[in-house]
Amino acid sequence: MSRHAILADGLVKRFGDTLAVDHVDLAVPSGTVLGVLGPNGAGKTTTVRMLTTLLQPDAGRATVAGYDIRTQAHQVRQLIGLTGQYASVDEKLTGRENLLLIGRLLGLTRRQARQRAAELLGRFQLDEAAHKAAKAYSGGMRRRLDLAASLVGQPRILFLDEPTTGLDPRARLDLWQLIQELVREGTTVLLTTQYLEEADRLADNIVVMDRGRVIASGPPEQLKARVGARMLAITARTEADLPAIRDILSRMVHDRVEIEGLTIAVPADTPDVLPTVVRQLDAAGVAPGELMLRSPSLDEVFLSLTGHAAPEDSGESTGGGNP
Amino acid sequence: MTGSHHETPAIRVSLLAGLQQTFTLAWRTLLQIRHNPWELGDFSIQPVLFLLLFLFVFGGAIAGSTSDYLQFMLPGIIVMNMMFVTVYVGHGLNTDLTKGVFDRLRALPIARWAPLAGRILADLVKQAWSILLLLAVGFLLGFRLETWLGAVLLMGLLVLTMALAVSWIMVLVGVVARDPEHVQLFGFTALFPITFVSNVFVPLESLPGWLQPVVALNPVSTLTEASRGLLLGGPVLEPALWSMAWAALIAAVFAPVSLWALNRRLARSG
Repeated sequence: MSRHAILADGLVKRFGDTLAVDHVDLAVPSGTVLGVLGPNGAGKTTTVRMLTTLLQPDAGRATVAGYDIRTQAHQVRQLIGLTGQYASVDEKLTGRENLLLIGRLLGLTRRQARQRAAELLGRFQLDEAAHKAAKAYSGGMRRRLDLAASLVGQPRILFLDEPTTGLDPRARLDLWQLIQELVREGTTVLLTTQYLEEADRLADNIVVMDRGRVIASGPPEQLKARVGARMLAITARTEADLPAIRDILSRMVHDRVEIEGLTIAVPADTPDVLPTVVRQLDAAGVAPGELMLRSPSLDEVFLSLTGHAAPEDSGESTGGGNP
Repeated sequence: MTGSHHETPAIRVSLLAGLQQTFTLAWRTLLQIRHNPWELGDFSIQPVLFLLLFLFVFGGAIAGSTSDYLQFMLPGIIVMNMMFVTVYVGHGLNTDLTKGVFDRLRALPIARWAPLAGRILADLVKQAWSILLLLAVGFLLGFRLETWLGAVLLMGLLVLTMALAVSWIMVLVGVVARDPEHVQLFGFTALFPITFVSNVFVPLESLPGWLQPVVALNPVSTLTEASRGLLLGGPVLEPALWSMAWAALIAAVFAPVSLWALNRRLARSG
């Protein structure tokens, strides 16, 4: 297998007059995770659909596992797994039947397919729901089943299109853990997301897309440095505590301190900011009401990279429709 | 779960593997019924209900007695029901397309034609079941076969061949419709006039003169006439040939158009 699991060179896709994907280049080394970050309509899903052979590019070329997505689509399909809102399991079948179906389609014997299904159901904590129709699953269970379905063939390369969109935080964390396990086992992953936090947590490299084009790429640290640091926000319990907190913070960061109501926020670009602040607050005898470290939102990323806010319109991730 | 079992991926799907995939996908469609028993009602209870309703409500008025009317109507009801059951091809296909199952299947290394072929095959099984059920209920109600047993089999084959052809129309409906509900709405709306403006319920001669040529040419009529001939005696060859010509024409027109429409829909969803 080549050094790059996924290589795309100038991919273009048009839908009528809309340029959905505009000369996208990607290079994903084997065994790494690429996070494709962007708002709805940025072209993330269309890019994934081309790389997974569901859609023919209008121009450009790409290889997946060294095979051309256009001329060797069948080989590509044998080596990939795909999970996305549009690549779904059959709601009318049980979780187990869905996995059996895919196993059988991939050429496993009945026994092998049963074994594989049992293995995946156990691993994804779907044992108890194995005999329920998928339409009765919760959002988190459903995504786990979708992911399990894409793993039946033990793919080398996994495409996850917005795997956690619409999930509650708990289910999201569960899914992140499962994805990280797969990565540890050597699977190459391309995942699209609207959440910087998700890309930051899972990806080795991030590509930011806007209006069909790649507008920034690099490791998360580098990108975050460009975008702006994380923010440390402290909420005072009473107004009387505010001056003390402000003094401590302004001494530390020599930067402008934003005050809004009882909350003071400062950029926290080095890892020691949080412990230092906590120590100093303690030394000053001030107990904060709330203290949190947060990532810049996608909106903040976009604002700093493009100068415009992330578009509000949806179309791409709602599935089924034409953009 | 580490490692991978495929070292050098195959270049193409063999025909045998494609057929196995088709059977697996047909099995999947039939498996759906197990968890959604109401679907069974659509092609079991409904046809029997039609049979009983028409038999006991119209039988006396049209044929003088229900037993005579049963002889006349059973072959026609079988043909009519076949037409209605084809709607489920479109309904199922549209569900797969709108819910994303179709894309999941397309991303797998399986024969490109297997998902569609699996659906149509499953539908033929449903069709065969409906035919058998109507025959069984018909015999229970006193239907008398006036020819020989092999003719029943021939009639079944004839009806299934037409089902296969008409399925292509429903593939098109399934591709074009926005959602499964519209498939049903559109499918049944189109089928009602075609099946009722026929000789299924009344003899051709009883219709107004200007309507007779239309009714006589209707594939539902030619197939009904051939089925009557096979079960009750009477002309078989001519109506059977007409029916097969219709089936060939329908398939020749709608198979390419449906496939074109399907590929177009798939190429446009981004």
